[in-house]
Amino acid sequence: MLNRILAPLSAAWKEATDSQVWTSIFRHGKPVSNRNRALVMMSNVFLHLHPVKSRKAGIKLRYTWCMGGITFFLFLVLTFTGLLLMFYYRPTVEYAYADIVDLQEHVPLGIMRELHRWGAHAMVITVWLHMLRVFMTGSYKPPREFNWGIGVVLLVLTLLLSFTGYLLPWDQLAIWAIAVGSNMARATPLLGTEGPLSASLTLGDISLINAGNDARFALLGARSVGQPTLLRFYVLHCVGLPLVAAFLMAVHFWRVRKDGGISGPM
Amino acid sequence: MIDLFQDLVNWASGPTVLFTITTVGLLLAFRFTQVWSRTSAKIFFAVLTVFYVASMWDPNFFLIVAKPDNIPITGVIFLVFFFTWFAMHQGIQNDRRREGGTEVLEKEEAEKVWVWPDLVYTEMLAMVLLSIVLLVWSILAAAPLEQPANPADSPNPSKAPWYFLGLQEMLVYFDPWLAGVVFPTLIIVGLMAIPYIDTNPKGNGYFTFKERKAEIIIFLYGFLILWSLLVISGTFLRGPNWNFFGPYEYWDVHRVEPLLNVNVSDFFWVKLLGQPLPSGGLFAALLREWLGILMVGVYVFVLPVVMSWSKDRLPTGLKWLSCHHYYEKMGATRYYIGVSLFLIMMSLPIKMYLRWAFNLKYIVAFPEIFFNI
Repeated sequence: MLNRILAPLSAAWKEATDSQVWTSIFRHGKPVSNRNRALVMMSNVFLHLHPVKSRKAGIKLRYTWCMGGITFFLFLVLTFTGLLLMFYYRPTVEYAYADIVDLQEHVPLGIMRELHRWGAHAMVITVWLHMLRVFMTGSYKPPREFNWGIGVVLLVLTLLLSFTGYLLPWDQLAIWAIAVGSNMARATPLLGTEGPLSASLTLGDISLINAGNDARFALLGARSVGQPTLLRFYVLHCVGLPLVAAFLMAVHFWRVRKDGGISGPM
Repeated sequence: MIDLFQDLVNWASGPTVLFTITTVGLLLAFRFTQVWSRTSAKIFFAVLTVFYVASMWDPNFFLIVAKPDNIPITGVIFLVFFFTWFAMHQGIQNDRRREGGTEVLEKEEAEKVWVWPDLVYTEMLAMVLLSIVLLVWSILAAAPLEQPANPADSPNPSKAPWYFLGLQEMLVYFDPWLAGVVFPTLIIVGLMAIPYIDTNPKGNGYFTFKERKAEIIIFLYGFLILWSLLVISGTFLRGPNWNFFGPYEYWDVHRVEPLLNVNVSDFFWVKLLGQPLPSGGLFAALLREWLGILMVGVYVFVLPVVMSWSKDRLPTGLKWLSCHHYYEKMGATRYYIGVSLFLIMMSLPIKMYLRWAFNLKYIVAFPEIFFNI
């Protein structure tokens, strides 16, 4: 009886996998033979981030915790959900909050914003844990010193991505968190109005650093958190920072491979 | 009985007590490494879970912990504890293997395996599990959305996003130019500098504790106490006006904490000499702050040199300061950069304890040019 159902199914499956369409996409058979296991890694653009073979101890979950991979996966989730959110969201003081309310109340089963927000928080944590793992296994040691540095920059980018995204709902939580965070820029030495030594930068009687041109102004695009800040953070959040992060991730993954793959005892 | 327990927890969560308990606890755990066993981890997590779940019946505790944007902090508490334990546990197991004459665990399975299926299946599973976690989390908890932005109405407390609350907590002890600009920069630079400062060739590619004790203790102290603990307490225990509130305490906006903080200059001129602070002009300002400038100068410029001396050169009582073997091992450049970064990191707990013990506000204070340390 079961055979009667399965036989046509397996015949259909065979038909499909033998078709010209299938064989044009996957240029080799199932990865059950060693030859095909190698081919699948080399012919697939996503899988080719991996080597064909790897040390057994290195790929154990207890060693890597899969934290770097999870972080990358979260980045992809955030890119995808972020793209969908961009369809609905307008970065203006007038519409931003209303668009978020609409997302929450009028999109049936809409959890894209939830996925995006919780995913972002989770990514901050997984980046920390990935760094903890890399430190505790001494994986920053030669020859991987440079890649650790790239990783630190990626940590900073993750925090900046999260920080710029925090403003976009344009609610009380958002603007005051950004206000508190950006107030610190006022205290930048030499470059902030309330920073050490800034008052000494004068041209004759004119003070060169004021609230209209200091480091905080550069961050906010205004003297206080307002429309220019929202647009600036939106562009950085959706385009600028993800581009830089994606570029550095490419370098990071490339260097993992070039520096000898997942670390292990010499 | 419950009241007594709650009072005890509130007391123990106070910045002074909590910081001291966790620091001493961590140092003891590095000394008595048998605590990183499976059994103690189970007990620890059982106690933590019971504490967490039982506390949910307290309205004040629930209010803070269940706030949507605070959910990640609960994750941080459990995950950071678990993975710190997991790394230390494996490190100590490896150390024991070495002592017993066997190689570390990571060396045992040195043969190469096919990435398909051995790795890609793990990754696939991780992706599926994570997707489930994210979906469930997103269905159960709505993303926070408060009242529309109103620049005229600042909430109390105004908090930065949770991952920056360690920096905001530093603002209690340092001015914004240090806590918000210089220290974050040094954290980033310092992290990037780690591989170039650390010349210990051991412990590359496997978990260990014994072979890299100093590195691990410094890093975990920074990560667990100076970063994670400050993030956690900044989120859960800092209420209106950035006052401290225990986990079972009501966030009373009207609570007033007397601020009687004094500067080193006040200690010297007013309390010790019974004189008014020198005033008028640059020279008077320098005279006013001479002791603080000297203290900071000694800490930043003299101490690293003194620490590089061998034990014989150091007077009795200061011999423990000697880091001569590091100086020998690392060379002058690495040593000075490493020790300077370490001392700057330690300036945070030092300033914290000075505040708690002496109500010290600034060691050097030039409010005229916003230069306060």
